[in-house]
Amino acid sequence: MPLLRHGKVVDDCWVFVEDEHELSPGGCLTVSLGRFLSEHDQLLARNEAIGVRLAASDDPALLAPHLDRLRLIELNFPKYTDGRALSQSQLLRRRYGYKGEIRAVGQVLRDQLRLMIRAGFDAMVIEETDAEDVYDFSAHEFSEFYQAASDTSETIFMKRHRKKQEKAAE
Amino acid sequence: MYRYDEFDETMVRERARQFRGQVQRRLAGELKEENFKPLRLQNGVYLQLHAYMLRIAIPYGQLSAKQLRQLAMIADKFDKGYGHFTTRQNIQYNWIKLADMPDVLDALADVEMHGIQTSGNCIRNVTSDHLAGACADELEDPRPWCEIIRQWSTFHPEFTSLPRKFKIAVTAAAPDRAAIRVHDIGLHLKRNAAGEAGFEVIVGGGLGRTPYVGVTVRDWVSKQDLLSYLEANMRVYNRHGRRDNKNKARIKILVNELGEAEYRRQVDEEFANQLAWEKVVLPQEEVDRISAYFAPPKFEKLPVKSDKLDKAIAADRAFARWAKNNLRAHKIPGYISVHIALKAQGVAPGDCTGDQMRAAADIAEKYGLDDIRVAHEQDLALPHVKLDDVPAVYAALKAAGLASSNAGLGSDIIACPGLDYCNLANARSISVSNEIQALFADPDFEDEVGTLHINVSGCINACGHHHVGHIGILGVDKKGEEYYQILFGGRADEKAAIGEIQGPGLKHEEVAPAIRRVIVKYLELRSSKSEKLVDTITRLGQAPFKEALYASA
Repeated sequence: MPLLRHGKVVDDCWVFVEDEHELSPGGCLTVSLGRFLSEHDQLLARNEAIGVRLAASDDPALLAPHLDRLRLIELNFPKYTDGRALSQSQLLRRRYGYKGEIRAVGQVLRDQLRLMIRAGFDAMVIEETDAEDVYDFSAHEFSEFYQAASDTSETIFMKRHRKKQEKAAE
Repeated sequence: MYRYDEFDETMVRERARQFRGQVQRRLAGELKEENFKPLRLQNGVYLQLHAYMLRIAIPYGQLSAKQLRQLAMIADKFDKGYGHFTTRQNIQYNWIKLADMPDVLDALADVEMHGIQTSGNCIRNVTSDHLAGACADELEDPRPWCEIIRQWSTFHPEFTSLPRKFKIAVTAAAPDRAAIRVHDIGLHLKRNAAGEAGFEVIVGGGLGRTPYVGVTVRDWVSKQDLLSYLEANMRVYNRHGRRDNKNKARIKILVNELGEAEYRRQVDEEFANQLAWEKVVLPQEEVDRISAYFAPPKFEKLPVKSDKLDKAIAADRAFARWAKNNLRAHKIPGYISVHIALKAQGVAPGDCTGDQMRAAADIAEKYGLDDIRVAHEQDLALPHVKLDDVPAVYAALKAAGLASSNAGLGSDIIACPGLDYCNLANARSISVSNEIQALFADPDFEDEVGTLHINVSGCINACGHHHVGHIGILGVDKKGEEYYQILFGGRADEKAAIGEIQGPGLKHEEVAPAIRRVIVKYLELRSSKSEKLVDTITRLGQAPFKEALYASA
């Protein structure tokens, strides 16, 4: 399945290692939250890029002390109707200030892309043959938003008055 | 009322265009029903027993004459000439073709309306007191805050894939006409000890298969903190609400399983942890801008009494009865609110024809300051009518078949569509409601019985609010036959309570006679004419009424 990063299909070097499997010596690996928390000294000592895959029920606050060392956080959609990862992403971006990649994995469908982008996802593994077109369309389907979110769009509530102020200044 | 600006307009137009694309993909077979379902649901499109159903949002139940005429046009052009007003102040159409849906959404956008978030696991249309801005007993008009919540919750990026649907209701009056205690979140606009207006936040009420009265999670939150505090509640629910069982996924189950104290602790912690940029605070000029749309209309200075009205009451017994039952006190002298009960004998509760909608629109324009409300009892209301104009309003309503004089009485029944339309239902609701209504065909008898709320649901999902009827009726399926369980003692107002099931279900034809026996028993036992049936049950207990219910005829 293609990986979209900032709307472009890119090669994916990352591999998720199941808990019961040994870590390979090199390469970009993601592990579960439980494994990361119990083995994080060894994992960080590997001096290789490391990421974490959160289950939808995981608390992202547990990653807060380690965020500057993480290159990737994968958030899982067990079903496309399960919106827990949207809260996790908002927390990671807005509360804990995570700047690395947040990637959607699991059941990702085109009609969720706009919400994901707004909630702070910058990458997604998506089952669409024309993934870039789909992304481009979904990302621009709506031009205005009422809510501030992780994509830092200026809200409609604010725009209404900025426009008025600009008009007054003219 | 609120009017869209370029931003609101753009959003609704873009949504209509988006849904047109999704419908095209579905009709072309590119989108499977399974994946189309959550998309159509977010636009209010259900697949029912016989056809698709479209539910249209009427934010906090307010319509202009122009909007109501457009709803009439949709009823006539795309449906079978009628629509159905719901307990959440919305309107549903039962016979619109999927291929026509995009055109209907465009027609709605033309009058600043839509079906956004009227279904699906998101924050639904916010509801309110249908007499908001008119009634004498409210602290202040709650509609600006309803509109602010509407905008904040529209396409919220975090809260559109919740464990289950989420319903918010707001009132600013102590007498609760919006059933806020049986909503996922109920907001009561009231003053704190310092005299400042803010909101009591009630969480976890709801009906369905596990009914609860909501609990007050915070006694008072300031207007400035309202949206941030709502976000804290929504996030706790989105993250921790159950997703393993659809029947246990509403916030009421989370509140109940965690316990009130632990739920409150989690919300308070989340609220306290919000950083400055996570707070949802509208600029004051934006609150002022939205509030200005709800500024009181230019009321005339009028005498408190109207000779014209008094004379008409003295002259016409039928009018006098309608006036006694269907008028509600207004905050401005010389004005009154008119309740239009959509509960004519033999009609499905809440149904309204296109012609009737046009008539109501005309009346509202001529006599009602262009303002029409939908009440959660599946009725309409004209909030602002001059006392002098009431006889003319009555005559016009009567000509349109809209002058049922039963507001708040036994035949003003709340009922879901039931097995006649709904693919969840186990039993018919409309026919059993009509048979109960027939008990009250004699207006003198109905007046003698007085205030009585009878609510009918065709299955345990409780769309007919049977748990909060003074008498509740629940249709069940027993080996392929329709049976009806009877509940006593429920209420949806400020003393909200869940009714109790009395015993074995009754057959369809047994229901109305049994209800009649209960009412006769009430007339015999009540302490005075002013004691409502639900109060007599509270005073004496349910036993005598249960006995009457099951006494063989």
